[in-house]
Amino acid sequence: MEKQPIEQLQKICTQLRRDVLRMVHAVQSGHPGAPLGCAEFFVALYFDQLHHNPDFQMDGKGEDLFFLSNGHLSAGWYSVLARSGYFPVEELKTFRKLNSRLQGHPATHEHLPGIRVASGSLGQGLSVAIGAAQAKKIDKDDSLVYVLMGDGELQEGQVWEAAMYGAHFGVDNLIATVDYNGQQIDGPTDKVMDLKNLKAKWEAFGWEVIETKDGNDLKAVLEGLEKAKSLTGKGKPILNLLYTEMGYGVDFMVGTHKWHGSPPNDEQLANALGQLEETLGDY
Amino acid sequence: MSLDLKFTYTEKKDTRSGFGDGFLEAGRKNPNVVGLCADLIGSLKMGAFQKEFPERFFQTGIAEANMIGLSAGLALGGKIPFAGTFANFATGRVYDQIRQSVAYSNKNVKICASHAGLTLGEDGATHQILEDLGMMKMLPHMTVINPCDYNQTKAATLAIAEYEGPVYLRFGRPSWPIFTPADQKFEIGKAWKMIDGKDVTIFATGHLVWEAVVAEAMLREEGISAEVINIHTIKPLDEEAILESVAKTGCAVTAEEHQINGGLGDSVAQTLIRHNPAPLEYVGVNDSFGESGAPTQLLEKYGLNAENIVKAAKRALERK
Repeated sequence: MEKQPIEQLQKICTQLRRDVLRMVHAVQSGHPGAPLGCAEFFVALYFDQLHHNPDFQMDGKGEDLFFLSNGHLSAGWYSVLARSGYFPVEELKTFRKLNSRLQGHPATHEHLPGIRVASGSLGQGLSVAIGAAQAKKIDKDDSLVYVLMGDGELQEGQVWEAAMYGAHFGVDNLIATVDYNGQQIDGPTDKVMDLKNLKAKWEAFGWEVIETKDGNDLKAVLEGLEKAKSLTGKGKPILNLLYTEMGYGVDFMVGTHKWHGSPPNDEQLANALGQLEETLGDY
Repeated sequence: MSLDLKFTYTEKKDTRSGFGDGFLEAGRKNPNVVGLCADLIGSLKMGAFQKEFPERFFQTGIAEANMIGLSAGLALGGKIPFAGTFANFATGRVYDQIRQSVAYSNKNVKICASHAGLTLGEDGATHQILEDLGMMKMLPHMTVINPCDYNQTKAATLAIAEYEGPVYLRFGRPSWPIFTPADQKFEIGKAWKMIDGKDVTIFATGHLVWEAVVAEAMLREEGISAEVINIHTIKPLDEEAILESVAKTGCAVTAEEHQINGGLGDSVAQTLIRHNPAPLEYVGVNDSFGESGAPTQLLEKYGLNAENIVKAAKRALERK
């Protein structure tokens, strides 16, 4: 895929936000907050960073892979997959509906292109990503594996099993990003279960840690991912702490956990869409 | 008393060694076969593979949840991962990881579970899982296999390497008679009628197939003709073989080293109740945990040996 100027990528971010809001509104269920906060990440990854093939192959040999461990961000992932050509944009209207390939949380059983493993039950994606990265190492395939986790998700013990393992085996073809928005369903992470110093934690586990301080600034996200890429192949797995704001892009949704798992009503949707220009055409 | 056994043995060996030897052979046949183990390489007999193929083997440490996720990732990259640990930690501890990353995602992962059942012995109930077959057979996409001796376990290990899809392979710790042939062909989902009979059918799986062979000889001495069918694959269940046998004998016994709830007996009962309701008696653990002891002592105390199969067969016959 040809690289696009940042102004164009910015437009895709806006459209992704519109897609997410319209999808969760249409079915009155789903999780709008976190995918709104990760729009820049999704777009930077799929439209700039990943060497990938929308003509989907499950084994992904010779291409970069992405895993969404925090599967409740499905609306954002489906939007970016559709907008980058994995399946028709029209299909976004089936999100969470009966007989859809776009399950509430990502699944493989209906063979939706772009999805390689189910996610939703938290804490499992890093392990899967490391396994896929090791398969690449066995095959001497020098492409990379990416995974996104939520910060609240780091409360799951399996994540730290995987963290220990990734460093032990020097899985240095892996870039794990944490959506560091400080929010989870029941409230701010520091109230629910304080994550304390995540940078120090990951470093203590033997990872190379970078911080992307403004995860809703597209330029910063791109620079962070470039930096992460430059650190691969040096014996350590990479952890990208991506500071985002949940609900970013809509003034009444930003910075709160209240829109983690709640859809907007008609009036709220109209208000939100009024703040987001339709750039690529709604589905 | 010397019994006239239809199957005999000259050697005893643990089924986990059958797995280890089969795993090594599968690795030699197919370079995509890889191994993982959660700090039980010696117990699982995976060391020979690790030594021969160090770049295809991953010691995960004591972290089974991670091991299952890693296996799913390796599988989607085209590898055939054999993930080994004790049956307890391979199922109950990681049920959700298996459910989402392996079964629902339909990944070609082989979950290799040793030290299953009471015959684990002295370690006691914390390690003697008796619910694993039930948990695994409930998962869509999952194939569930429980072979009976060293040779059958080795053959099963080779067979699952060739099969595409998630598999739960259950085996054990104790030294056990080797009474099936070394050159057997293992057909997943195909029951094996080992002994022909006409009065009662014994459906047995795992270590208790040997007890069923002994029970058949004991019943024969009393003039009762028992058919013995080796159900090495719990899922998919060979319903045709079950119905064909019970159509002839008219009653049956199931024998397994597992809870009666959720085990082979449940599966056979479901089949019979739908097609041919016939008297069925269960030999299995009856809603209790195990305890420490020698394997044969435990099988006796919990009612899982040949004598108990004989009693169950007589109960079934009386109900005909």
